[in-house]
Amino acid sequence: MGAAQRPTDRAGIDWPARLHVVTGKGGTGKTSVAAALALGLAAGGRRTLLVEVEGRQGIAQLFGTEPLPYAERHLVDAPGGGTVAALAVDAEEALLEYLDMFYKLGAAGRALRKFGAIDFATTIAPGLRDVLLTGKVKEATTRTVDQRRVYDAVVLDAPPTGRIGRFLNVTAETARLAKMGPIKTQSDGVSALLRSPMTAVHVVTLLEEMPVQETVDAIAELTSLGFGVGRVIVNGTRAPLPTGRLVTEAELTRGLRAAGLPASTGIVTGLHHEARDLMIRRELEDSLRTDLVDLGVPLVELPLLPDGVNRAGLEVLAAALVQAD
Amino acid sequence: MPSDNAAPPLDVDRILADPGVRIVVCCGAGGVGKTTTAAALALRAAEQHGRRTVVLTIDPARRLAQSLGLTELDNTPRQVKGIDVEDSGGELHAMMLDMKRTFDDVVLAHTDPAKAAEIFANPFYQAMSSTFAGTQEYMAMEKLGQLHARGEWDLIVVDTPPSRSALDFLDAPARLSRFLDGRMLRLLLAPARTGGRSMFSLVTASFGMFSRVVQKVIGTQLLTDLSGFVAALDSMFGGFRQRAEQTYRILQARETAFLLVAAPEPDAVREAAYFAGRLGAEQMPLAGLVLNRVHRPTVTELGTAESRAAADRLAAAGGHEGTVEVLRAHAALAEQAVREQQVAARFTEAFPQVPAVSVTAQPADVHDVDGLRTIAAAISRH
Repeated sequence: MGAAQRPTDRAGIDWPARLHVVTGKGGTGKTSVAAALALGLAAGGRRTLLVEVEGRQGIAQLFGTEPLPYAERHLVDAPGGGTVAALAVDAEEALLEYLDMFYKLGAAGRALRKFGAIDFATTIAPGLRDVLLTGKVKEATTRTVDQRRVYDAVVLDAPPTGRIGRFLNVTAETARLAKMGPIKTQSDGVSALLRSPMTAVHVVTLLEEMPVQETVDAIAELTSLGFGVGRVIVNGTRAPLPTGRLVTEAELTRGLRAAGLPASTGIVTGLHHEARDLMIRRELEDSLRTDLVDLGVPLVELPLLPDGVNRAGLEVLAAALVQAD
Repeated sequence: MPSDNAAPPLDVDRILADPGVRIVVCCGAGGVGKTTTAAALALRAAEQHGRRTVVLTIDPARRLAQSLGLTELDNTPRQVKGIDVEDSGGELHAMMLDMKRTFDDVVLAHTDPAKAAEIFANPFYQAMSSTFAGTQEYMAMEKLGQLHARGEWDLIVVDTPPSRSALDFLDAPARLSRFLDGRMLRLLLAPARTGGRSMFSLVTASFGMFSRVVQKVIGTQLLTDLSGFVAALDSMFGGFRQRAEQTYRILQARETAFLLVAAPEPDAVREAAYFAGRLGAEQMPLAGLVLNRVHRPTVTELGTAESRAAADRLAAAGGHEGTVEVLRAHAALAEQAVREQQVAARFTEAFPQVPAVSVTAQPADVHDVDGLRTIAAAISRH
């Protein structure tokens, strides 16, 4: 079964990367978008992994499950037989796992924990912490069983725009601290993956001033650091207003009467006030959208979910993401 | 207002006017208008209540910063000109936190220039002062402590960093002192300390193995830099800890008022509830909740279903496109208002005793003093 036999499925064409890093300003819905992307990319029988690294348990809250352990668990089935697994990476656990894998530490590993070494190591050197987190993501992305990749795509719910450059730029951070040795080797490997065409960084935004400003700043930063920007994903968009102009109070009075509604001065001026606010808002949104288009990065718009983010809503977002065009 | 649910109304003016209140801390999730709220309250304290006020912002939007006359991170409060303080006699000053410089100042204050230079040159210090998880939070608290200690302000309004979790800034001082006091640190220091009796004589044997493991894993050079850093900082640890504890006590005192800032969205409300619980546990004075970006229809007589049905009728009959659009927009707004109230109720039901105020969403973002004044007036209505 090749992709060619699924003509409606453009996921593999439009989202060519294998590791999708999803960032965005806090409050823009990046966790929901990351989950929707994992769901969308799994549609049609693929396997994807949704990863979080900030200890927020955002995935569990979104899907209403128990807090995720440091283990890959089946999260949901996607339409057409695909599956989405989830993983909450914990820096301490990642360090222990890493040590165990490379050094067969056993009792010494437990001693490390007892001495507070893990807490120490992940606190003193945030670069090290990020190497551990991204290292685990790299491992999952490149893992194979019987020469087949375990996951077709890995979606990372990454730190927000304000921290994303630093988070991904692990080599620079650790190179200052570790000039040789296994940590250096590890961070070099992570850096190579993150800067390869296998990885795309997507920035989630709303049509509001601060998120758009942070999107512009983040894309400039990511580009200058050598990371590939995939998409700008505009969340919570609304259909354009059909008339595109502000109704007059006289028109409104006539309209309300025609609809058999009361048309008192209070109601007419009140509704007119609402309409004017909406118009101001929409004009601002249009100008922000232009700023985003000017970035020259492919833009995907996701609809505002009237009932909030639930499972059905995620399916809507997933479909909007992978069937965009 | 019935839409504020059962929570008692939050009287922000009483807090801002109270000479006993010296610190207002605005905290909450990212993206809820925390910085704007902090700036608006500080402006009101100066203009309406005649207080000599300073607002400490962490990472303000560029245009908001410009409106306050802040063009660079210079770590010094700058007086905000062009505000209306003639009658009240108040003053407003604003500053943006420069995390690295604040850290450098702490180092300079606690050690001699030669040692400071040694610390500044250490790669670990460079990493830690700019990226240490919690440095921004810790430095915000450090700066607050400094501003408070100088005693030249009637009121300090603090914006908190856009942390992974709003709790980070409460935890940062404790985490830093735990780190500085940590067994691990002392273990690493042990070889560097000469003549002193090792407090780890009992574990020397296991430490030998432990040390080898650490060296193997993190590399000798890194370990050397690290213990150099630790040894250089060693003399300052007492000072660090003492200051962290001092700031913590100030935050618990009656002169401090915490304001939770949230928006009627599930994540922001959950964060606010989490924070309210945490402040209670830490015995820190929670003054109330500012719920920003609340949507409220101007026309309350016309419900969602009624206006949607009317819009459909009109659309089917043809004509009146403008009215159809307005009615549909009104229905969506009324619906959103109901949903937001349900979300906000999750907080008020869990913390019914916490005073709250809802602030209606502005059609456009705020980036001038007039806008801040409007926001402040909206927060202060009661």
